[in-house]
Amino acid sequence: MHWQIDLIILTFTIFCALAAISVKDLLSTAILFGAYSFMMCLLWAVMGAVDVAFTEASVGAGVSTVFFVAAVFRTSRRTKD
Amino acid sequence: MLQQYSEQAGGQKIEIHSSNHSFALWRLLLYATADFPAWGDPNSPANSYLSPHYIQKSIEETGVPNLVTSVLADYRGFDTMFETAVVFCAGLACFLLLRNFKQKEENFYRHIPTGVIIQFKKGDKTLPVGKEFEHIDTEWIPYDLIIKTVCRILIPFIQLYALYVVAHGDFSPGGGFQGGVIFGSSLMLYAIAYNLRTLVQRVKEKLLGLFCAIGVLIYAGIGVVCMALGGNFLDYGKLSQILPVDPGHIRAYGMLGVEIGVGITVMAAMVIIYVNIVSIGRHDEGL
Amino acid sequence: MSEILPIIVAKYNYWLYIILMMIGLYAMISKNNLIKKLVGMNIFQTSIILFYVSIGYKTNATIPIIENAHGDSHSPHELIIHAADYINPLPHVLMLTAIVVSVATFGVALALAVKIYQRYQTLEEDEIRMRLTEE
Repeated sequence: MHWQIDLIILTFTIFCALAAISVKDLLSTAILFGAYSFMMCLLWAVMGAVDVAFTEASVGAGVSTVFFVAAVFRTSRRTKD
Repeated sequence: MLQQYSEQAGGQKIEIHSSNHSFALWRLLLYATADFPAWGDPNSPANSYLSPHYIQKSIEETGVPNLVTSVLADYRGFDTMFETAVVFCAGLACFLLLRNFKQKEENFYRHIPTGVIIQFKKGDKTLPVGKEFEHIDTEWIPYDLIIKTVCRILIPFIQLYALYVVAHGDFSPGGGFQGGVIFGSSLMLYAIAYNLRTLVQRVKEKLLGLFCAIGVLIYAGIGVVCMALGGNFLDYGKLSQILPVDPGHIRAYGMLGVEIGVGITVMAAMVIIYVNIVSIGRHDEGL
Repeated sequence: MSEILPIIVAKYNYWLYIILMMIGLYAMISKNNLIKKLVGMNIFQTSIILFYVSIGYKTNATIPIIENAHGDSHSPHELIIHAADYINPLPHVLMLTAIVVSVATFGVALALAVKIYQRYQTLEEDEIRMRLTEE
């Protein structure tokens, strides 16, 4: 494994996390959170944890985003911070 | 970045400087990393006591090449059983929190030959949905021919892939958790592409609840069967007395049974959570 | 410089995990919106999972699936396996189940948020507190 790939993906992950908590629209948060989960999945695949990466790809980036969008659909997109 | 968060609780003013706290904790943890082993060190404490046994003996003792599955379902099977129970409890909690048996106040129907839309103010009057009338959602109308057609073609393959993932958990990445989630998300895709009502009619709520419980029951049942045959709880080696298969592979078959149980529970729990959240427990309209 | 570089290479991952964890903690404490708090909770959770998985990593090792053991394994005793060749599977197992449990708890938390919204028509913490004092 090359540490450069690891570092680049980790930086993307941190940017996605920062964007997900700072954006002022919950639907955008949902999508950015999905991107964050996918970056996390890539990071685990790079580390050789293939089972964990597979789980995260199906659970974190897939189903949890769907739950999120469903909850935003039933509540509101508005957020003050 | 300093954000003050103040709270007026019983005349007493409590101020939490949240970013100060996280900064302090950050510095503390940064200091603690000095004692950590170097990244990727093969001789670090986490890699030296128990895990060499798992890696070296797994193929001999269980006959399963995927170490994660063998540790998950065999060496630590008891742990995984209760994780499955946690997922079951989450499905149950969503049902109990949100399920609402009252029907909606208004119902809309379209008379298909003429296109006339009929509205019922009271929820008790319904029309037979079929060739003549069709139900219209009030909040979300997802009719799109392309999405429907593509999903109709795609969903069987997704479900087949989920079954493959469950069945090949012993040899390749995958297993009950992943397969169950993929199967559940295929049902969610069906609800999104068509209609929530279509999904609820196809996959009844009682069926989902039953599946959710049956998965845990399969898992625990395999453990109890092993116990009845004279072994420990979840000691799959004893299953060779009743299953006519090669004794070298018997543990792989035991794990497959357990993974099927996990997959069924996870699939049903995910669909229950989705349906309850998206329709606020009314199971009629949703995304 | 030549002394600092090995330390950085050996430890920078942990530092970045801690930054990620603190982002999650910050969001959990200081964000006003309940769903933002949930996102913070999930970030916190995934950073801890990331830390656990990275503990099991070994340099020059492959994924934890035994090679040449697929198919007809009538003679597994002939297979010689070195523990240093395979990544430690134990943290993977623990964290795999943790991810699935985390999505289950996330679903329950979202159900609670939907219930709160139904009752108070808002997800902002200060507005909910205002409604509570009005009652």
